[in-house]
Amino acid sequence: MTLLAVERIKLFSTRSPWWCMLLALGLTVGITAIIAANWTDSPMPVLGAVFTHTFGLYVVMVMAALAVTTEYRFGTIKSTFQAVPDRISPMVAKAVVVVLLSGLVGLASAFGSWGLSWVLAEDNSDLALTTANDWRHVAGVGLVYAAGALLALGVGALVRQTAGAVSIILVFALVVESVVGFIPNIGDDIQKWMPFTVASKFIFGDPDPSAIPNGAGPPAIGELSPWGSFGYFAGIALVIYIVSLVVVKRRDA
Amino acid sequence: MIEATGLTKHYGKTVAVDDLSFRVEPGRVTGFLGPNGAGKSTTMRMILGLDNPSGGRVTVKGRDYRSLREPLRVVGALLDAKWVHPNRSARAHLLWLARSNRIPAARVDEVLDMVGLTQVAKRRAGGFSLGMSQRLGIAGALLGDPEVLLFDEPVNGLDPEGILWIRQFMHRLAAEGRTVFVSSHLLSEMAQTAQDLIVIGRGKLIAQTSTEQFIADATEDTVRVRSPHLDRLRELLDGRARVAEAATPDGALVVHGVQPAFIGELAASNGITLHELSPQLGSLEEAFMQLTKESVEYHAAD
Amino acid sequence: MIEAVGLTKRYGKTVAVDNLSFTVEPGRVTGFLGPNGAGKSTTMRMILGLDRPTSGQVLIDGKPYARLDRPLRTVGALLDAKWVHPNRSAQAHLQWLAKSNGLPDRRVDEVLDMVGLTKVAKRRAGGFSLGMSQRLGIAGALLGDPKVLLFDEPVNGLDPEGILWIRQFMQGLAAEGRTVLVSSHLLSEMALTAQDLVVIGRGKLISQSSTTEFVERSTENTVRVRSPHADKLGAMLVDKGFTVREDTDGSLTVSGAQSDEIGDIAAASGVVLHELSPQRGSLEQAFMQLTGDSVEYHAELAETGK
Repeated sequence: MTLLAVERIKLFSTRSPWWCMLLALGLTVGITAIIAANWTDSPMPVLGAVFTHTFGLYVVMVMAALAVTTEYRFGTIKSTFQAVPDRISPMVAKAVVVVLLSGLVGLASAFGSWGLSWVLAEDNSDLALTTANDWRHVAGVGLVYAAGALLALGVGALVRQTAGAVSIILVFALVVESVVGFIPNIGDDIQKWMPFTVASKFIFGDPDPSAIPNGAGPPAIGELSPWGSFGYFAGIALVIYIVSLVVVKRRDA
Repeated sequence: MIEATGLTKHYGKTVAVDDLSFRVEPGRVTGFLGPNGAGKSTTMRMILGLDNPSGGRVTVKGRDYRSLREPLRVVGALLDAKWVHPNRSARAHLLWLARSNRIPAARVDEVLDMVGLTQVAKRRAGGFSLGMSQRLGIAGALLGDPEVLLFDEPVNGLDPEGILWIRQFMHRLAAEGRTVFVSSHLLSEMAQTAQDLIVIGRGKLIAQTSTEQFIADATEDTVRVRSPHLDRLRELLDGRARVAEAATPDGALVVHGVQPAFIGELAASNGITLHELSPQLGSLEEAFMQLTKESVEYHAAD
Repeated sequence: MIEAVGLTKRYGKTVAVDNLSFTVEPGRVTGFLGPNGAGKSTTMRMILGLDRPTSGQVLIDGKPYARLDRPLRTVGALLDAKWVHPNRSAQAHLQWLAKSNGLPDRRVDEVLDMVGLTKVAKRRAGGFSLGMSQRLGIAGALLGDPKVLLFDEPVNGLDPEGILWIRQFMQGLAAEGRTVLVSSHLLSEMALTAQDLVVIGRGKLISQSSTTEFVERSTENTVRVRSPHADKLGAMLVDKGFTVREDTDGSLTVSGAQSDEIGDIAAASGVVLHELSPQRGSLEQAFMQLTGDSVEYHAELAETGK
């Protein structure tokens, strides 16, 4: 518990996490509000309300990466390891705090977007959260943000530099995953196993493909079930994170 | 107490620290000296468990740093005053450090007061001058009221009052029975601060001894003499000692190779009046230059 | 020669430098001392024309900096070793400086050699250690072979060999007849380096004198005496009205007397002397004595324990 408090103090005693959280909420809720206000021809589906969650995901991952890389940038990692020399426990405590916080931001973002859509959409008859799938579409955003944060923490601890870690994350998520789709023959097969593509299937995936509005989002059904998709994404995050712990433990601080 | 045994650190093919063994005793201020690149920082980082030794070990009070449960209560260190998040307040910085070792928050205010930062405790550390950052670093080192203290260039950026303050402070910490280990390049300052010295060059131990002994071993003591009958004194000393003119304009002589008492007796038995008879000790700088000549990495052309 | 006359600088309501007048003579190393916030940096910046005085003026060889024809040929300064573009090589940095004042490229190689950076001249300055940056800054100051040199904390980041080197270097420059003004917080170092001192506090001149005078004026001078007949000599000195204290090792500390007087008294009565050394106060003691009230910021010597 002590170390959780330590990481909480660290995170909230600088301004950048606050800005990141505000930005994540502003981007997702704000853009959803615009979409909802302009959704006129048909009843707005639940998926329409969480369509923007990826913007927030990138911001939250940047925040998580910063939580580690700024420690290296400003040398406080040495003070941290001086204070707790086993190294693993402060890194785990940091992960718990950052992952929980990211999950909460995800929930706030998803339910905020959904609530605002309910208020703004002309026809909100389809927005009601009636099925387990509806709940997954919205609450699942919290889980994806949490797992994404864990992945970013791992990358941050491995790379140690803010610019490097942030570019790796963004370039991979925004460029690499779409570009691999263009590789002839095997592109599609590779793409459907890419972590962020799979993660989006957890949010958007629906056993009933007709639930996806025209042109919105990737094909609904991937290789895995929605929960299997989340397990895949979270598994990759966990592996990268554990590798980073092993490296941090062995490497000179 | 800090004890290094066969401590070695390689970075690839470079040997930064080479089979280094030494002991830092409690109750004294021990200076840690060496030219640039001698391996001082690496050694300090290994003491704190930040770098892993390639061979040998170093213990604090008989234990590996990494096996200490609440290490800030045993060892306090100031290695680099800039190791602070610039957007975090001084107080928040100390608060998370304190919390990590279950040190009460009240102690944070105590150490802030000790180093004179109470008034600026809420300001972001990034806006601090080097001197204020240095004080913050010292506050961090004192948090756990530790028995062993490590300082790397503690007077860096401090003004004369700050320099005097930290010197007296280190003396008092040692007088309380703590182990104080200070690395510095400022030999004129270290001569006044450190009672013991550990000197390294190219990662190897050059000397471990008291400051006094270190200077005495490496420099020659001389005697400065002024007298209204200097010529006669000079004749008497001829053949018994080496005599040179002092660089000062007061016409003093510098006598090598004899004790001041010998000159005093000689003068008295010949009725020569003395106006000055001062033993001149070598400086720490001279001694250091003498002993580290071969291990300096980098020579400037004259 | 540097001459400040009634130099004053205000930032809003704060008076950084307050009617400051002093002279820095050629042929000597002059130390520029003062507590933090005393106005040293502001004064140096005004000497170099970087800050404009609110009133008064400062002249270099009779002219304000801005009116110097080719300033680098008259004044060389090292104010902050980090004022170098990190991705430019040491050589390129000096080359543009040289060009700006019509100095030949050859001079760049000369100064690089003087400070011992020839081997790393082509490397980017951002990768330099603080000590190397400091040497590069000094090389820049020397480019124009100037008659007046200003250094701000020149030993910062240097190792013992570098510190010795720069001290001898500055003394060498002064011996060539140049004017050398050095600001520093390291009094034990300045005591070895500076022949003259300009001391300021809260923007005002506290003292301008030689280092020896400065120390003698503000600390008590005593003489340490050892003798096999210490009791007899001590009694005679007390009779003469001097204060004598006996130390634990049997030596005497005499206040109020010159060593010459004590020597004369000893010789007149056939007392053998084993030591007769004038004890001088330190520059630090003198400085603390004189600037006691002008320090902005006092840290308390509180108890360390709980």
